[in-house]
Formats: sequence, structure tokens, C-alpha cells
Amino acid sequence: MKNQLIVSSSPHLRGNWTIEKAMYGVVMAMIPALLVSVYMFGLGALRVMLVSIVACMAVEYVIQKYIIKGPVTITDGSAIVTGILLAFNVPTTIPTWMLIAGAIVAIGMGKMSFGGLGKNPFNPALVGRVFMLISFPAAMTTWPKPIEARQFFSFAGLDEKTLDTVTGPTPLGILNEQGASAINTDYVNQLLGSMSGSMGEISALALILGGIYMIARKIITWHIPVAYLLSSFVFAGVLWLVDPSQYADPLFHMVTGGLMLGVFYMATDYVSSPMSKKGMLIFGVGAGVLTILIRVFTPYPEGVSFAILLMNGFVPLINTYTKPKRFGEKQPVN
Amino acid sequence: MKTFKLGGIHPEENKIAADKPLEDFSLPKQGTIPVSQHLGAPAKLLVKKGDQVKTGQLIGETAGFISANIHSPYTGKVKKVDNVLDASGYKRQAVIIDVADEEEWVEGIDNTEDVIRDISATPDEIVEKIQNNGIVGLGGATFPSHVKLKVPEGKKIEYLIINGVECEPYLTNDHRLMIEKTEEMLIGIKILMKGLGVDNAIIGIENNKMDAVEHIRSMLKDFPGISVEPLKVKYPQGGEKQLIKSLINREVPGGKLPLDVGCVVNNVATAYAVYEAVQKNKPLIERIMTVTGKKLQKTANLKVRFGTRLAELIEHVGGLPEDTGKIVSGGPMTGKALSSLEVPVTKGTAGILVMDQNEAKFAEPRTCIRCAKCTEVCPQGLEPYLLHQFGELDRPEDAEANAILDCIECGSCNYICPSNRPLLEYVRVGKANTSEMIRNRKQK
Repeated sequence: MKNQLIVSSSPHLRGNWTIEKAMYGVVMAMIPALLVSVYMFGLGALRVMLVSIVACMAVEYVIQKYIIKGPVTITDGSAIVTGILLAFNVPTTIPTWMLIAGAIVAIGMGKMSFGGLGKNPFNPALVGRVFMLISFPAAMTTWPKPIEARQFFSFAGLDEKTLDTVTGPTPLGILNEQGASAINTDYVNQLLGSMSGSMGEISALALILGGIYMIARKIITWHIPVAYLLSSFVFAGVLWLVDPSQYADPLFHMVTGGLMLGVFYMATDYVSSPMSKKGMLIFGVGAGVLTILIRVFTPYPEGVSFAILLMNGFVPLINTYTKPKRFGEKQPVN
Repeated sequence: MKTFKLGGIHPEENKIAADKPLEDFSLPKQGTIPVSQHLGAPAKLLVKKGDQVKTGQLIGETAGFISANIHSPYTGKVKKVDNVLDASGYKRQAVIIDVADEEEWVEGIDNTEDVIRDISATPDEIVEKIQNNGIVGLGGATFPSHVKLKVPEGKKIEYLIINGVECEPYLTNDHRLMIEKTEEMLIGIKILMKGLGVDNAIIGIENNKMDAVEHIRSMLKDFPGISVEPLKVKYPQGGEKQLIKSLINREVPGGKLPLDVGCVVNNVATAYAVYEAVQKNKPLIERIMTVTGKKLQKTANLKVRFGTRLAELIEHVGGLPEDTGKIVSGGPMTGKALSSLEVPVTKGTAGILVMDQNEAKFAEPRTCIRCAKCTEVCPQGLEPYLLHQFGELDRPEDAEANAILDCIECGSCNYICPSNRPLLEYVRVGKANTSEMIRNRKQK
């Protein structure tokens, strides 16, 4: 025998699940939403997506290679997922340089400053998005109209005159400005993606399809999405029952804004979500309630990013106080 | 179909030796019999260099409450008493016997194939015979069987559970035994029921062995009180806590024993050994084991006398393949990797698995991405990622508070980890530190 025997402790088998399979699985799940976005917003959507992915990978590469001087792991898929999520969270009319600035903050501050994959307490894409929202409030709240916006394309961002003609408020913006009586209740079209909004958030249907794919492939479990959806639906429903003239009905909240994007792709981020099933349920409920609170009672029309980031901050606490159900815990003994 | 609820995994079954009938393996020229082949105190040696021994002769005596007798598996002459390497990698005391050409059994042992159906022994005689004949649990833990039959005052046993799960990939020794030694095994179960004074016995078998389930079922009309239950394949269902949960939906709490929830669990091979010990007065000197591996020329299920070197079994199946990477004593999930084939077969050797380089090599561990898969698959409801940290950082207080001692070391967490982290390795470190801390605390 040429080779020496390997001696190690059990188990001597490994499954075939890897970081790459999980990350590229998430990428696969986001393809339907991307296709809807390209259909609705045209090449601008592709530009935003490519710039964001390349920028995120480049930032991670530079930091790993020249600052940490450690192994470069940009192909593990995690930077790509962050890149796509950041792109999904901005309007397709965003100027390229702003997006690059967002990517630097997302990966540099949100992820690498804590030690890279697995160490970041907050979802990196959301850190980038909130940074952009605070720094570039105008550009981040100028929303392209579906179909109409797809004929215009520019790397630097559109000039103001064109912008005026192809942008309009989001459904949540209308609710926030004009109240529940002014909202569009054509939920079927909104479910399909025909509304103004961030690149990847518009089609709840495409996002749900991807979410089901991830649950079926066991990339994520149902706990966070279901808790998030139910709690936001119930909370919005209670408000609506109290005063339908002032508050929008819960279905409206389900299909508009970034709810589905947050529910399936950002709240379920491995690193920044709880470890136990019980913890995941608490996390989901908290994010759902906070989302509706922010949407309804603050000047911000949309609350998904803030809600998830806030709940990210509670994760260490949740992990400490929610232990999995231990085997044999409650069994009477004879 | 029944199974346990919490956690679990489903590795590739690879039961490639499942259709290989049992073969009697020939006697070795020389055998090495360790005095410690069971859980508990090593047996006290009764022979010395130059002694003549007969097959079935007592050569090591029970030394303590948890200990077991050792018998000579062959006729021959004690060449020497020496320290030899065992499967765990430790050097332990062993008797080395030169095997004679003519086999002579100790008087009173019935080594024929005749099946003796009437159980004449009283419960006390049953326990005595099991103890005298050195029977230990053959499922892997090698716990002395007579101890399990001595039920403490105040505990009531309702069920005898018979473990025919064989959830380890590759291993097929219990499967073959259930098919080929069915009646003997069922008589053994009846003996155990009589010894324990219970009316119900359930045999749990995973549904990848439906032939065994059907075969046993067809014989049950002569064995009232015994039933057989097919179980959905899921690792680690052969762990006794998980098996009890699957079959009668009771959970053995941490630090407690099956008898605390009214059961005693024994393996199918143990039941067979009990039959031989009680009905034929035959000591435990041989066992059924699987020799398997994807690259081996052939695989086999062999009846082997203890003390036979593993190298001889490997020769029997055509020698080690060129690209062998790892040799495991036992199954791939809980077995021990061997550094040498000079190790002898002992009571706990359920099989040998030969893995090629590709199967044996794992990718480098990477960072934990907190995917929570380890927590999801843990059949004990623990948090392996956290216990790994407590083990690595030497924090036994925190490890104890997070129930590290409940870990059954099934390895499901290591199996599932996408970053290939050595979770169980560090949990073992943590368990050792925690046990030490608890011992020190008790002494104070």
C-alpha cells in the first residue's frame, strides 16, 4: 500500500452539503425576481445587478488580499448573494457610483470589519442599503415606473428630465402621503410586479416562488418566513379592522414594498438570524410587527430593512434565551 | 411508519454486503485475546504462559460489578501474556494463544446446530448463565448483559426492546443474523423476557430490511408477546434513546437509563448470544461481523472467533485495495479508524469497513456560517456549534449548562456541517472537561 492510513475520530462520513451549495442555491432562487425586474425595468436592472455583484466581490477581494492578507474566498457565493440583495434593494435608476459606495459599505463595514462570513451581526446588504438611503435620500426614493422605464438606460444614472417622466411613487409611498383611500387595490398586478419600487422587490409572486424553492431544497426552514408573514399580516389586519379608512388592508401590505424580499431572502440570512427554531419564530414575529409599525406610524413609507436590522441586533440575546427543545426534557420517570 | 421526531440524518446506506450469507471463518494459527473486551473493569487473568487451554475455557474472570468473563475461543497453548494494540489505539493486556490442530471443547458446551426450544432455566439461572458465559451487548457498547437483567428494586420493566435497527451505513451483520438465525434469536428474546419478567418484547427494524421483518413475522405465531415493528430509515435510530422514542414514544432523560422509562434494550446479536449461553451453555467466543468496502474484491458476513487478526479477514476478501485511505472498525458513523490490521477481533467488533482515499479524505474545515443545520439534525436537541466553542475554549460550566453530557456522539452534526467543522471532536473534548469538573466538584 502506497499511502498511509488516515486515523481520525468518528464520524468517518460527511454529507455533501457545502457553503457553495447553500449560497448558489439562494442565487438560483432569486432568478425569477431578476427576470421580472429586467422585464419591467429593462437593461437598467441588469446594470444595477452586475455593478453590485462585481463591486461586492471586488471589495471583498481587496480586503482579504491586501488588508487581512489571508485566503481569498470570494467564490464561496456569499459576496454574490450580498451583491444581488443590495441590487434588489435599490431603484434601477440609481447612479453607478452610489451603488459602488453602497457595496463598499455593505461588504467593508457590514461584513469584513467583523471578520468576514459568519461573523457579521447585521445583514451586510441591508447595512449597505440603509447607508445609501440615509446618504442619498433623493436618488434612493426616486422610483422607476414599470414598463415605461425600460426604454431608458444610462451608466451614470438618468438626467433629471428623463427621470421625471419615467418615475413615480411606490404604493407604500402613496399610502404614506395620501392615506388608505388613495391606494391601488389591483393586487393581482402588484403580485406580478407591476408597480414602482426597488429593483428586486416588485414581484411578490416571483419572490415567493424562490422562497418555496429554498425551503424545498432545505436551504432555509419555514420558521422565519411564516412567523414574519403571519405577524405582519395579523398586525396590519388588526389595524385595518380598527379603522379601514385610515389603515390599508393587510393584503396590500403583503404584496407591496420589500416585504417578500425581506421575509424570504434577508431575514433568513444564516449569519444574522437565530440558531434555534423557537428563536427563529421570535425573530420573525418581531420583524413582522416592526415592519408594520414603521410603515404605519413613522415618516418612512417602508420598514422592512430597519425592522430586520433591528431584529439582527437582538439575535445574540435571542440565542441566549431560546434553547432548542432538549430530548427527554419533560418525560416523567418511573 | 414510526420513527423518532427530533433531528436525524439519512446518509447513503451502502449496504453492499446485505445479500452475502453467513460464512464460518476458519480458525487462526495464533489468536490474541485482550482481557478488556467490554465496558467496565478488565477481566482478571486466570492463565499464564505455557498453560494448555480448551475451547470455551474461562481465561479471564469478572473483576467488579460492571465487568465480564473472557473465554478461550480455541484449543491450544498460551504462548505469552503481553500488551497489544487494540482498536482504540491503546496497548492492553492480552493472552496470545498458539492454536492447536485438534479442537477440544470444554465439557458441557453444546456446539452443535440443534435448536433447543424449551426454556428450562429459571430467571436466576438465566442471569447466572449469561454472566458466566461472558455475554455483553453486541450492538457496539459492549455493556455486560447480566447487569442489565438485574433490575433495581422499585423499577418496573414493561418492555424488552430488541434492537435490529442497524442504522449504521455499510454494516449488514445484524441483518444476516435476523434472516439466518431467526429462531435462535427469538428463543433468546424469550429467555431475556423470562429473565426480566416482562410480557412484551418489540423488535425494531428499519424498513430497508423488510425481508428480515417479513421473515421474523412469519415465525412469530410460536412466540407470543414478541412483535416486530418496521421503522422509517433514519440515523441514529439504533441509539437506544432514539429507538425507545420510535417504538413506544418515551424519552429517556439526560443522565437516566432506559429502565427509568420502563424498558431494557438489547441488540439482536446479543439475543442470539443469550440463546447460545443459556440453551447450549456456550460462552461468547465468536461473533458475526461484516467485512465491507466499495473497492474490496468481495464483501462478506463472517462468523469469526475472537482474537483473529483483522488482516486475516481482509485477506479473505482479496486483500487491501491499492488506494485504501482508511480502515474503520465498526460502522462509518461511530466506528474507530485503525492504524494497523494487527488488531484482533473482539466482542465489540461489528465489522470492518475499508474506505478509499476519496471517501477517507475530507475538505479543510472552514468558518461557521451559523446555518443552524447542526442544531436541526441533533437527535438530542443540543446546539453542537455552541458546544464546539465551549469545548475549544475550555468552558465546562457553560458546556454543562447547555447539556453537553446528553450528547450521544452520533456524529450527525459533523455529517451535515457545510463547513466541515470538527464539531463532535470538540464536543468530546468538552465532555471530558465537563466530566472532570463534575468529578472534582463531588470530591469537595
